[in-house]
Amino acid sequence: METLRITRVEGTALPMRGDDIDTDRIMPARFLRAVTFDGLEQHLFEDERTGSVAGDRAGAPHPFDNPRYESASILIVNRNFGCGSSREHAPQGLHRRGIRAVVGESFSEIFFGNSLMIGLPCATASPADVRELMDRVERNPGARVRLDLQAGTCEVDDFRCAVSIPASARDALITGAWDTTGLLLERYGEVDAVAAKLPYVSGF
Amino acid sequence: MGKTLLQKVWDLHTVRALPSGQTQLFVGLHLIHEVTTPQAFDALRARGWKVARPDRTFATVDHIIPTRERARPFLDLMAEDMIAALERNVRDFGIRIAGLNDDRQGIVHVIGPELGLTQPGMTIACGDSHTSTHGAFGAVAFGIGTSQVRDVLASQCLAMEPLKVRRIRVNGTLAPGVYAKDVVLTIIQRLGVAGGVGYAYEYAGDAIGRMTMDERMTICNMSIEGGARVGYVNPDQTTFDYLKGRPFVPSGDAFDRARTWWASIASDADARYDDDVVIDAAELTPVVTWGVNPGQSIAVNGRIPSPRDAGAEAQAVTDALGYMGLESGQPIAGMRVDVAFIGSCTNSRLSDLREAARIVRGRHVAPHVTALVVPGSASVKKAAESEGLDEIFREAGFEWRSAGCSMCLGMNPDKLQGNQVCAASSNRNFKGRQGSPTGRTLLMSPAMVAAAAVAGEVTDVRELVR
Repeated sequence: METLRITRVEGTALPMRGDDIDTDRIMPARFLRAVTFDGLEQHLFEDERTGSVAGDRAGAPHPFDNPRYESASILIVNRNFGCGSSREHAPQGLHRRGIRAVVGESFSEIFFGNSLMIGLPCATASPADVRELMDRVERNPGARVRLDLQAGTCEVDDFRCAVSIPASARDALITGAWDTTGLLLERYGEVDAVAAKLPYVSGF
Repeated sequence: MGKTLLQKVWDLHTVRALPSGQTQLFVGLHLIHEVTTPQAFDALRARGWKVARPDRTFATVDHIIPTRERARPFLDLMAEDMIAALERNVRDFGIRIAGLNDDRQGIVHVIGPELGLTQPGMTIACGDSHTSTHGAFGAVAFGIGTSQVRDVLASQCLAMEPLKVRRIRVNGTLAPGVYAKDVVLTIIQRLGVAGGVGYAYEYAGDAIGRMTMDERMTICNMSIEGGARVGYVNPDQTTFDYLKGRPFVPSGDAFDRARTWWASIASDADARYDDDVVIDAAELTPVVTWGVNPGQSIAVNGRIPSPRDAGAEAQAVTDALGYMGLESGQPIAGMRVDVAFIGSCTNSRLSDLREAARIVRGRHVAPHVTALVVPGSASVKKAAESEGLDEIFREAGFEWRSAGCSMCLGMNPDKLQGNQVCAASSNRNFKGRQGSPTGRTLLMSPAMVAAAAVAGEVTDVRELVR
């Protein structure tokens, strides 16, 4: 059982511009045709990276193809990132590529939850701050970005902004309690007691 | 102060507050399928855990299976592997399955209700975002990822954040040719694809009250396309009539007791909502998506929007127009389609097929269009055949397939090719969604898909309604 405490993430960043980036784009469905998550990092945004889709910024290299972002550990995104399908394969692919935190304007609920389950924090910042973070990273891809979940801040160079993450998710991450199965199994007698009181479980 | 259905169901299923502040919630029904579970079962094996409540778990196969040639082993060896893994997992852990050749097989969100597994007042989880469908019965039903599937298998519980409730009242009467699909596409267009994040949507109002269970399922199904992980309708007589006599529904006196309990979990008249929205059903028209998310839709007689009028959405509109190969200002009616797909967990039930058949009867699919009907379950297929719907579709030039997710999601042999345009009764028009990286999807009601198939282009179904 892992009890990795996740309080701070520091590293270079990768800006992925665009609102409503859905999990079909992040991880096309054909790569879900496997019984493990192994190798998913090779297929992130594959359909747009191969050049078969113009993408949001036609002509420019896809951020996930851009060698300047190759070692990035923080992904910076815009609004409603990870919407659509509940496939955990999307955050699994990002995590396996080395992404250890995502900072964005907002996240889909299921993506946020799936990410939390694998210890990948998704923190939100204001649109203006996200724009500033993206601009700075695009100008200087080698810049160190520092995300501090406890302090609720994200810093790059001399720029510092507030980020937020729901208190329960933050506490789960910083105490290492984000891998929930053990917690849920802890007091199983109480689960049985709740189930026994439900009329549909007892057969009405 | 009264409570909403969401609050009542949440409270009844709460085991405890976890140290983080999340709620440990008991899951009343766990539906599983081949694509999002193998890693979860492997995790159980690695940790030496059992499935906590196999009696509250039910499996089927839908996402990856072929809908045409179904002999085993499949030609597609990866699909064969995944189905074989699920079969092994349910055998090893003692879980019931409606497998490939079972007459109960079908899309998980079609068979749950059909079998009466789905009931009011339950919490229902499944590794699929369209689990919100089951909310049509007054269940609190939500999609989860594979690590959460592992949690539910091991503990029959989830760690969840509480949800706010937005009531969406649809009042008035829908015009002929306007369907539940048009209602939900309109809701998503108005409230936005992220408008429901953090909310459960409670669908109410007299138009919802008059809807059949099939129609309510279509609406709840697409809640997630508006960002709401949960969507529900309060259970009423329509719900109880649908459930009576289904295989997993209690009978006799137990049914009467169940009905009393089901009625009691509906939202109280004086419940407080975090938000309230009213939609006038009478003003709705058939809707078609023109873009790359389900919120980018217009009336069938409307024109493609311009980035200039889109404010903060200008970049998104430009991007979508580029992908779709559309020009601002052009009418959506008359857009040529290559493929017509009637199916998916949104619109593959018997009433959907009946409405589509009503449009195609005595007509023929346009010569350049490939058209297919994929019933949502083996049972829907059989019922449709007993009414002769298969003959109507075949004579009109549609292919008549076996139950599965098919062309909704590009995970099985049914896929778009190149930049084909597909009129689809499914739920997502994302880039590449239907299996071709450049494929283009136009979402609409099954009747509108039937009309597009016949005309060979996007057409106002109201002109074909007889």
